[in-house]
Amino acid sequence: MHNIFVYCEIEDGHVAEVSLELLTKGRKLANEIDRKLEAVVIGHNLKGIEDQIFPYGVDVIHVADNSRLYPYLTLPHAEIVVNLFKQEEPEIAIFGATSVGRDLAPRVASALKCGLTADCTSLVFGDHSENKTGKEYKNLLYQIRPAFGGNIIATIINPDTRPQMATVREGVMKKEVFNSTYKGEVKHVNVDTILNDGHMAVEILERHIEKQKINIKGAPIIISGGYGVGSKENFDMLFDLAELLGGEVGASRAAVDAGFVDHARQVGQTGITVRPKLYIACGISGAVQHTAGMNESVKIISINNDPKAPINQIADYVIIGSVADIIPKMIKFYKKNTK
Amino acid sequence: MSFRIVVLAKQVPDTRNVGKDAMKADSTVNRSALPAIFNPEDLHALEQALSIKDRMEDAEVIILTMGPPRAAEIIREALYRGATSGVLITDRKFAGSDTLATSYALSLAVKKLEPHLVIAGRQAIDGDTAQVGPQVAEKLNIPQVTYCEEVKEVNQDELVIKRRLERGIEIVKGKTPLLITVHSSAPPCRPRHAKLLMQYKHARTVSELVDETKDYTEMMTNKPYLRIEEWSVADLDADVEYLGLSGSPTKVKKIENVVMAKKDSVELTAEDKDIDYLMKELIDSHVIG
Ligand SMILES: Cc1cc2nc3c(=O)[nH]c(=O)nc-3n(C[C@H](O)[C@H](O)[C@H](O)COP(=O)(O)OP(=O)(O)OC[C@H]3O[C@@H](n4cnc5c(N)ncnc54)[C@H](O)[C@@H]3O)c2cc1C
Ligand SMILES: Nc1ncnc2c1ncn2[C@@H]1O[C@H](COP(=O)(O)O)[C@@H](O)[C@H]1O
Repeated sequence: MHNIFVYCEIEDGHVAEVSLELLTKGRKLANEIDRKLEAVVIGHNLKGIEDQIFPYGVDVIHVADNSRLYPYLTLPHAEIVVNLFKQEEPEIAIFGATSVGRDLAPRVASALKCGLTADCTSLVFGDHSENKTGKEYKNLLYQIRPAFGGNIIATIINPDTRPQMATVREGVMKKEVFNSTYKGEVKHVNVDTILNDGHMAVEILERHIEKQKINIKGAPIIISGGYGVGSKENFDMLFDLAELLGGEVGASRAAVDAGFVDHARQVGQTGITVRPKLYIACGISGAVQHTAGMNESVKIISINNDPKAPINQIADYVIIGSVADIIPKMIKFYKKNTK
Repeated sequence: MSFRIVVLAKQVPDTRNVGKDAMKADSTVNRSALPAIFNPEDLHALEQALSIKDRMEDAEVIILTMGPPRAAEIIREALYRGATSGVLITDRKFAGSDTLATSYALSLAVKKLEPHLVIAGRQAIDGDTAQVGPQVAEKLNIPQVTYCEEVKEVNQDELVIKRRLERGIEIVKGKTPLLITVHSSAPPCRPRHAKLLMQYKHARTVSELVDETKDYTEMMTNKPYLRIEEWSVADLDADVEYLGLSGSPTKVKKIENVVMAKKDSVELTAEDKDIDYLMKELIDSHVIG
């Protein structure tokens, strides 16, 4: 009772990255308030799935394994989660802010009449006193997220309803194995007593999911281009530099919208969050929606012909000039100095 | 038998253009400087509804919005593009609603309209939550299909829908009554139609009529289609406990403006010596290489 729950997404027998990141966060939260960490896994052919999950410090895994549960469908998954939560009364429930999590979590929150905060960038405990009633709350989950197009940061709380629910995007939390030999308990959900034909009102006719080809998230170095790069051809220089340095190419939304690069490379609030050891922002102005996804990079270099570009404020090195001049020089002097 | 579609649309501040003038000197957002617009993805939702209306005999498209009285503007906007009629739900008791309270109120209004299909946008740009669609579906106890890019087939009983997911697509079949949410990769909305603009430019809600200096009485009697329905809490038979602030489990504890802390940065030029220095420095400190 009153434990921390993480809904784990499964694709092709693998627990999604985002779910592992949330388990890592969940373990930390659980330790802070001395609760257990529990995982919810719903799908089909899940034998052995616990081996992927226990190392993140999970105490209980609830497994619902049934042919009607994979691929993901809203109603059967929601029904199982709602049933489980009614029974287990979690204190906190976290979902990935993915196309599955953002489909499922609101439905569950509505059924349980509890609060849900989408797209949190930070989850911490804090206290609260209600002015009107004078009631004091200890260890509420502060759900922190950008709002209003990223121009403000809001801290949301759910004082009176449980679970406190939140979704978090992939890449926002750090993934870390807690203890590779950690073992908990596996509990099986009796699916047949929960589902009926009414839950199968939507049927999947076709499904084409690509394996993620581009994954810039884990790259130690990211060369990111914005609208100021100017063209698809100029982006080739960024790819050359990335290859040379062993990094990946990222982009701002304006560059993606202009068709310079693939959406999978977009960094920021509506793209991915990255924290490489070096982030080179080329021709990126530094709108908050962009910086929200990269401001935790260890070192930041900005290349911009406008000395007043906001990105320069958070950069360790600012090079004033044109991308097309500077990138070839970086390639040249990198080669010279590593020879 | 007619096929009734309800489109959920919201009027939102245009947060995409929070430019210089929308930021106050103390770097807070000056909301009043932001134009109120038709939530972008709700226009995609409207287009899906209109394209079904094009394909089906007897389909009607009702636009439903909850908001302050001025939100009637987006109902007119929808009428100019081909919606059949509109309903505004407005009441002070709705103030402070989070997504749960909003979806409760919207679901009561949808119930009164008894549609076969409800179409929402995926998310509203002021909150970016993408919660209201699924929550309305749950309150109505009907299935949902999110991230719709195209309605491929539709009849009274079922729809075939293409969904756009992060890493691919899905084609699904859903039975009516059904709620779908529409993704921005779906076709954009058709423009206003000149004829419809003429026909509906005087469409008004009851509260708007109160403020009109012109006498609309005769026009409203002769052209009943100009009347935009306006419902309050009393019309919805709502449990007020589930509305507004008291119906909203989430509370905003704190709001901070985004101010970027300035770092001590090294400023360089594009000259060879500067780039040479930088690359050396990065290599020496093991950031690269
Ligand atoms: C809800 C919402 C979500 C969003 N999500 C994201 C997101 O996830 N990621 C994201 O990136 N954006 C996002 N945006 C968009 C964001 O607000 C900005 O519009 C976008 O980041 C701007 O991209 P940019 O910096 O490439 O383009 P611009 O703002 O046009 O900046 C171009 C920069 O290039 C410089 N420049 C021009 N020419 C050159 C040259 N030859 N050499 C060097 N510099 C040059 C200019 O000085 C300027 O600073 C979002 C917006 C909204 C409303
Ligand atoms: N006040 C409202 N009136 C009508 N529709 C709304 C309202 N709020 C949200 N919606 C619908 O729900 C979708 C998702 O909104 P949100 O959960 O706020 O991101 C929107 O795109 C609209 O279709």
